[in-house]
Amino acid sequence: MSLWVDKFRPRTLDELHYHEGLSARLKSLAASGDFPHMLFYGPSGAGKKTRISCTLKQLFGNGVEKLKIDQRVFISPSKRKLEINIVQSNFHIEITPSEAGNYDRVVIQELLKEIAQTQQVDLNAKQRFKVVIINEADSLSRDAQAALRRTMEKYMSNMRIILCANSTSRLIAPIKSRCLLMRVAAPSPEEMQTVLEHVAKKLRFDLPPEASQQIVADSGGNMRKALLVFEALKMQSPDLSGSLKIAKPDWETYCHKVADLIVQEQTPARVMEVRSKFYELLSHCIPPTVILKTVAERVVERVDENLKADIMHWAAFYECRMRIGNKKIYHLEAWVVKVMSLYKVTKHFVYDFDMSEFE
Amino acid sequence: MAFFQGQAKTATKHMVDPALQPWVEKYRPKTIDDVSAQEHTVAVLRKTLTSTNLPHMLFYGPPGTGKTSTILALSRQLFGPDNFRNRVLELNASDERGISIVREKIKNFARQTPRAQMVASDGNTYPCPPYKIIILDEADSMTQDAQGALRRIMETYARITRFCLVCNYVTRIIEPLASRCSKFRFTPLDSTSSTLRLSQIASAENISVTPDVVSTLIDTSGGDLRRAITYLQSASRLSSSTNPPTPITSKDIQEIAGVVPTDVVNDFARALGVEVFGDMDTDGPVDGKKRGFETVQKKVKAIMREGYSASQTLSQLHDIIITHPTLPAKQKAKCALAFAEADKALCDGSDEELWILEVGLQVLRALSS
Repeated sequence: MSLWVDKFRPRTLDELHYHEGLSARLKSLAASGDFPHMLFYGPSGAGKKTRISCTLKQLFGNGVEKLKIDQRVFISPSKRKLEINIVQSNFHIEITPSEAGNYDRVVIQELLKEIAQTQQVDLNAKQRFKVVIINEADSLSRDAQAALRRTMEKYMSNMRIILCANSTSRLIAPIKSRCLLMRVAAPSPEEMQTVLEHVAKKLRFDLPPEASQQIVADSGGNMRKALLVFEALKMQSPDLSGSLKIAKPDWETYCHKVADLIVQEQTPARVMEVRSKFYELLSHCIPPTVILKTVAERVVERVDENLKADIMHWAAFYECRMRIGNKKIYHLEAWVVKVMSLYKVTKHFVYDFDMSEFE
Repeated sequence: MAFFQGQAKTATKHMVDPALQPWVEKYRPKTIDDVSAQEHTVAVLRKTLTSTNLPHMLFYGPPGTGKTSTILALSRQLFGPDNFRNRVLELNASDERGISIVREKIKNFARQTPRAQMVASDGNTYPCPPYKIIILDEADSMTQDAQGALRRIMETYARITRFCLVCNYVTRIIEPLASRCSKFRFTPLDSTSSTLRLSQIASAENISVTPDVVSTLIDTSGGDLRRAITYLQSASRLSSSTNPPTPITSKDIQEIAGVVPTDVVNDFARALGVEVFGDMDTDGPVDGKKRGFETVQKKVKAIMREGYSASQTLSQLHDIIITHPTLPAKQKAKCALAFAEADKALCDGSDEELWILEVGLQVLRALSS
């Protein structure tokens, strides 16, 4: 019993529902034998991974679906041991080098050279090269990217690299210029609806159009999220009729609560309250950037037009600080205090608010 | 069966099938006279071919201007194919280049006295001067310590070894090293020589390109010939893999280069209150539309959904605003500040959506004040 997301994931390029032009290109590239290095980029849930696995299947046939998970140990220059999980089949290997943190350069150099220097031994293999898939390529360090540069040119005969990233901003230009860029945009609402209807048809029940519209609007272009929500809804009310209530994830409602707290009252006591809520969120492993963005978006909805730009400005400012800095909570708090004081000042000017009790 | 045997043979020799070879490698200049543009540098180096004396060299300039190609072509012309392997050591950033490598590998190679000249196997005579060349590619990514260790080595073995440092940023090379070398600056390629080279390659590969495509290639690559050639190769791959083969269009090139389509950027700029010229179909006064926080936010979300890269979007928006004919200088300056802040933040790895929104709001504010 697997989730619908996995159960109905397209297995071949022909089964893909949207971006037909892209699928046709991938298909003809896989058939031509002249397969380049590739870089797939696009927002999450747009179908990058699905497209990569379909392309692999097109290249090598069914063999790529026999996966095994391996744990490899690498030794960093400072003699530290790094354990990296590797998913591989006979024809491809998939790594997430960001697991190695600062030492991703070692992993890239060792692993790629090792793969690059061995040739395909299986005589029945359709292609003479192996494919290396690098997930989350945008979190590779500069060093690791620099190490990729020459390897990509030198070992072209034995190996192709497929990079998968959310954005190309953090990739260095030499890597981008060596890959064929494949932009996977998020599906449009109509395309998402067809996919949902397709799933409903496979499971033999009717999907009311209102329900599918609601799901699509809620998911914001993220196909994976849409399917998960769809399955959850189906569990809640099997006939999918009447007024449906899409449950927001807990952290999101919690973030909204924080935003409301900020707008309601601006006192030191309130800052303390918000702080404990932030700690709660952080201890549940919600990424601080996501927290800041969600709270800021909610706050912006409930303030005057002239304040909105300032609030987003400081959100961007402290988000950047948070990346460079070490302790996330400081910057979250700094932003909250900043927003509170901004809000207070404008309120004071507009309504001539009575400030005497704070002085 | 002959087909398979042929394949096996090439595989054992570690040769790359020329059809699969990147064109960048395939069309690397064979002699220094083939190097596009860079007349000054080539003229100086040509003299060294006849006099067989060579200083230590430092090549610097933006990517794709022919630095590595020049030094490789020069050393090939100096030593010929036979001696190339034992006279030239090439190290780049994918090799380990810490201080230990400098001390051992480079020093050992520098120390060897070159063997006497042999007659070349291909019948040509080469100058084959009595020294070796060590090429340190991408030298600006070497650590300070490693560069420091090179200082004395360069002097001690100057009689039998020449160094050639290749880098993008000359400021990252420590001063003592830079002062030991004669510097050559490589300038970005002008469009005429790029056009010439691209059309040469296109005719050699038997693909037809229109002048329109060539100019798009040059625009998107910004003087980087390697990028232009790679884009051309990717485009030809795509166009030839479809059945029947379709001609290459400049839209393909834009998609391959990851450029955000012009109308998307123009649309965004218009939402920020920039009057965009150049496209005829602007309907009615743009000022009539209500501009505010909500519109900008919606536009930014749409751009992020399409998956365009933030830095690319910003640089294109930057081009529109900075070269805008009617905006007053003060407003442009304010916008430029916002762009600079955002670029720094993106380099630090900040969230893209937040920062594009931030730039949008700042520009909106600067233009409406």
